[in-house]
Amino acid sequence: MADHSQAAHAHQFDDIKQQHEADSLGMWVFLTTEILFFGALFLCYGIYRHAYPDAFASASHYMDVILGGINTAVLLGSSLTVVLAVHAAQHGERKRLLVFLVMTIVLGCVFLGIKGLEYSHKFAEHLVPGVDFQYAGPQPGAAEIYFVLYFVMTGIHALHLLIGIGIMTWLAVGASRNRYGPDYYAPVEVSGLYWHFVDIIWIFLYPMIYLIHVYR
Amino acid sequence: MKMEQNVDYLNVAYGPRSWLLSTDHKRIAILYMISITFFFFVGGFFALLMRLELLTPQGDLVAAHTYNELFSMHGITMIFFFLIPSIPAVLGNFLVPLMIGARDLAFPKLNLLSWYLYIIGGIFTLTAMITGGVDTGWTFYTPLSTAYSTTNVIPVVTGIFILGFSSILTGVNFIITIHKMRAPGLTWFRLPLFIWAQYATSIIIVLATPVIAITLLLLIVERVFGVGIFNPALGGDPLLFQHLFWFYSHPAVYIMVLPSMGVVSELITCFARKRIFGYYFMAAAIMAIAALGFLVWGHHMFVSGQSVYASMVFSALSYFVAVPSAIKVFNWLATLYKGSISFHTPLLYAFGFIGLFTIGGLTGLFLAALAVDVHVTDTYFVVAHFHYIMVGGAVMGYLGGIHYWWPKITGRLYPEGWAKFSALVLFVGFNLTFFPQFILGYLGMPRRYHVYPPEFQVLNVLSTAGATILGIGYLIPFTYLIWSLRRGKHAGPNPWNATGLEWTTSSPPPQHNFDKTPIVTEGPYAYPPFEKTEVVHGGS
Amino acid sequence: MTSLLSIFPLFPVEASQQARQIDELYVALVIIASIFTAIIFVCLAYFAVRYRKGSRANREMRHPENLKLEIAWTVIPLIISAGIYVWSAKLFFDLHVAPKNAIEIYVVAKQWMWKIEHPEGNREINALHIPVGIPVKLVMTSQDVIHSFYVPAFRVKQDVLPDRYTTEWFLPTKVGTYHLFCAEYCGTGHASMIGTVYVMDQADYQQWLAGKSGEVPLATSGEDLFQHFACSTCHQLNDMGRGPSLYGLFGSMVRLQNGQRVIADQSYIRNSIYDPGDQVVAGYRAIMPTFRKQIDPDQMAALIEYIKTLGAPAKPAKGTKQ
Repeated sequence: MADHSQAAHAHQFDDIKQQHEADSLGMWVFLTTEILFFGALFLCYGIYRHAYPDAFASASHYMDVILGGINTAVLLGSSLTVVLAVHAAQHGERKRLLVFLVMTIVLGCVFLGIKGLEYSHKFAEHLVPGVDFQYAGPQPGAAEIYFVLYFVMTGIHALHLLIGIGIMTWLAVGASRNRYGPDYYAPVEVSGLYWHFVDIIWIFLYPMIYLIHVYR
Repeated sequence: MKMEQNVDYLNVAYGPRSWLLSTDHKRIAILYMISITFFFFVGGFFALLMRLELLTPQGDLVAAHTYNELFSMHGITMIFFFLIPSIPAVLGNFLVPLMIGARDLAFPKLNLLSWYLYIIGGIFTLTAMITGGVDTGWTFYTPLSTAYSTTNVIPVVTGIFILGFSSILTGVNFIITIHKMRAPGLTWFRLPLFIWAQYATSIIIVLATPVIAITLLLLIVERVFGVGIFNPALGGDPLLFQHLFWFYSHPAVYIMVLPSMGVVSELITCFARKRIFGYYFMAAAIMAIAALGFLVWGHHMFVSGQSVYASMVFSALSYFVAVPSAIKVFNWLATLYKGSISFHTPLLYAFGFIGLFTIGGLTGLFLAALAVDVHVTDTYFVVAHFHYIMVGGAVMGYLGGIHYWWPKITGRLYPEGWAKFSALVLFVGFNLTFFPQFILGYLGMPRRYHVYPPEFQVLNVLSTAGATILGIGYLIPFTYLIWSLRRGKHAGPNPWNATGLEWTTSSPPPQHNFDKTPIVTEGPYAYPPFEKTEVVHGGS
Repeated sequence: MTSLLSIFPLFPVEASQQARQIDELYVALVIIASIFTAIIFVCLAYFAVRYRKGSRANREMRHPENLKLEIAWTVIPLIISAGIYVWSAKLFFDLHVAPKNAIEIYVVAKQWMWKIEHPEGNREINALHIPVGIPVKLVMTSQDVIHSFYVPAFRVKQDVLPDRYTTEWFLPTKVGTYHLFCAEYCGTGHASMIGTVYVMDQADYQQWLAGKSGEVPLATSGEDLFQHFACSTCHQLNDMGRGPSLYGLFGSMVRLQNGQRVIADQSYIRNSIYDPGDQVVAGYRAIMPTFRKQIDPDQMAALIEYIKTLGAPAKPAKGTKQ
């Protein structure tokens, strides 16, 4: 694609400023839908945790706090690289933009890799609901609900992260073709917003799911 | 007389690729119109079979299991694949940019994606229906849907899940478009009420649909993996499913009716040649309905086992949400007062809406009344109530809008005689179908029954007779509207002499909508005041 | 009018005390709805005719906006709604607690039939015999999906859920036979999950109860179960056992380990037997095993009826260990 950094805009908009505002508002509205989406899951989690506090606490012993903690650091780091990428785009620093985008992708992949490792551990320990679930502790029914919510919540989160990696990859391709600059960086900015959102979800997920037994 | 062939959005390009890959909001609206019409007749076919079965007290036309699939598929098809998209995806897509003076929606490619998601969801669901059906009701209550039903629950639910994203994309598109792309001078309080209605509807879509998406996802997980999020046998709570389900499905009814209310405001003002009475109250009422609609979902659960105190709170809030709807009806009547009314078909549909929505809405008060609801919930009273609103209200509004904007969309006029006739047929058929059901419900006939005690037969026969008339009634516009595409009179830019930016461009509009971006200098419905002679002595 | 209503009934027969009260509210709603419908239809028709294009009507608009009118037609519907709400909420609230002298009958719903168990031991399928003039409280549970016990003539309906008890009560006022319908869609046989309620003279009812030979009262079966499962191993006459005494328990207030106070009703007892770890009594340890797999809903009803018969001992201090 040619260099589009000189204020060319889509035909439905009057100018690049209107397009940028529309893209930005569009992403915020979309993130609102995501808040409701994850929110419903958090609600279910909250209800069952309130109903079965002991079972949830003891089930959380099976979570790998270290791996989860590393993943938290990884995601926070990736949010930093995203911020730096947006900054680079805004200031026309094209090489740095590409570097930070690639770093974000790498960190995202590290997260997914560690998550995959955790999931494989759960499979080995027979803690995947519906797949030969064997739980030795008290209230196995409630513990199974805990694990269902664990897999669904972290699974959907991981799917969102995967999509985010896809978006970052597409941005990186564009960046390598000098597509973004001070006149046109909205895609980087709004993708960054999306990435931060995915990060924030994890910031809530980690203590809620992993750390119950630590503070209870 | 053959008109000079101007280039408009219809003839700018031909061929399937130009339609299936179009990002023009007007063409996408047409794609939606064809698709939802198809699903409307599919859902209507299921209803016809149901009503035929209900002619007799015994189960003699179809087996119990088949009937259960019919009512489930009727509900799913009509709600998710007809009503939810209808006005927003057809009239909204076509008109929102035109009414605000824009060249397209904010995200034209997302708009096309939304249609494809609709189609994919529809194919999933339709295929699942054909290859075995689903018999859980459109409400999918657990544990029936997760642990007991042996039908194609998962593919149907997946289809609905995909459809949810189609809906969300439309909602997001409208919100950004209305916020950011209004023509110069078009402030919020100069917007036509149709736009306000689309805006409020889009907010509901955006906030509510994700919740049903998660709920359906959890339902699939429960069914596939045999776990117990909603199944009490495994530690879960079936009431949690109901709360999550209705948290979307109640606001969903406002997704279905608010756009229709927006259409009615356009029709009344045009055919009474008058400003809307109480514009600010009307806009506020639209937003109030959207907001309050999120607080009342528990009124579907008064006998579910939820706490008495929760029921009392939901009942009170349900009375609140009725008030803004009442305000709208009164304001429409006040708009007619001292107007100059011409009885074109769209206005007939608007009248039908006002009358039938009034009855449907008032019967909502019966259902909100706790002690009465205990008796009539899960009976034909509820069935009658929601059909009065959805069919008597929303569908009439949709048809009124289709007729009103048909010249704009197609460049052709529909045949007025046939149109008036079918509006009348629909009104008669509709009331004959659904009014007896109020009586049936209070007498105690439960819903979702294909066999019933013989004393209920007379009312059921009346209802089926009405349904037959209704079915025929819908076929008439289907026929003449298609006929008009080739044989209808050509329409000018503004056959109704209406105000509104959409009427300032040609019929059909050019691809980019306006040759020059309009500049707005006054509020909506700025119909000229009546001449002095017309005011006092009646016009010529 | 009444003869017209007998050909074209608009109401089911009023066979319970609350039926009359609910019908009154319904008629009030019909009147209000009819008035508003009439106002709106008449206005619509009148305006349509009077202000049709070309008519010789005065169209001079003195008040194009009218705030007073707007407020009036906002406030008036609000007041009417509030009135209806208060009436219906009060009726609903008053109706949700059964009278203390109600006969308690157990209902177990399953796809696709109703199993009724009288405390005297009589069992019925898809039928419910009850005496006129005495309140009846149904204690209901489902063995599978959600059902709903609906008797239109009584104007009562209540969803019946798996894994918990729900209750409804009514006071029959008219001898006769009435429809019983399942009112929550429950699968293939939903429309056939119907039955009959027989309201009988009290004397006839006693005869009916006695008529079925060989019926063992629920409490007696319950006592057998109590002994079979050796409940008294832990639940002794006094509070010195591993579990709290069950004497005088039913209907009393119990203090739980987490400080909560609950009434020991049917749900409490059911819960204690199926999920004993959920509501541990203060002063005791959570060592009771679950009997979920061993005790079915019929047996649960019997056990509860037996526990009801256990009167209070002379000693005080239920629910706390000395």
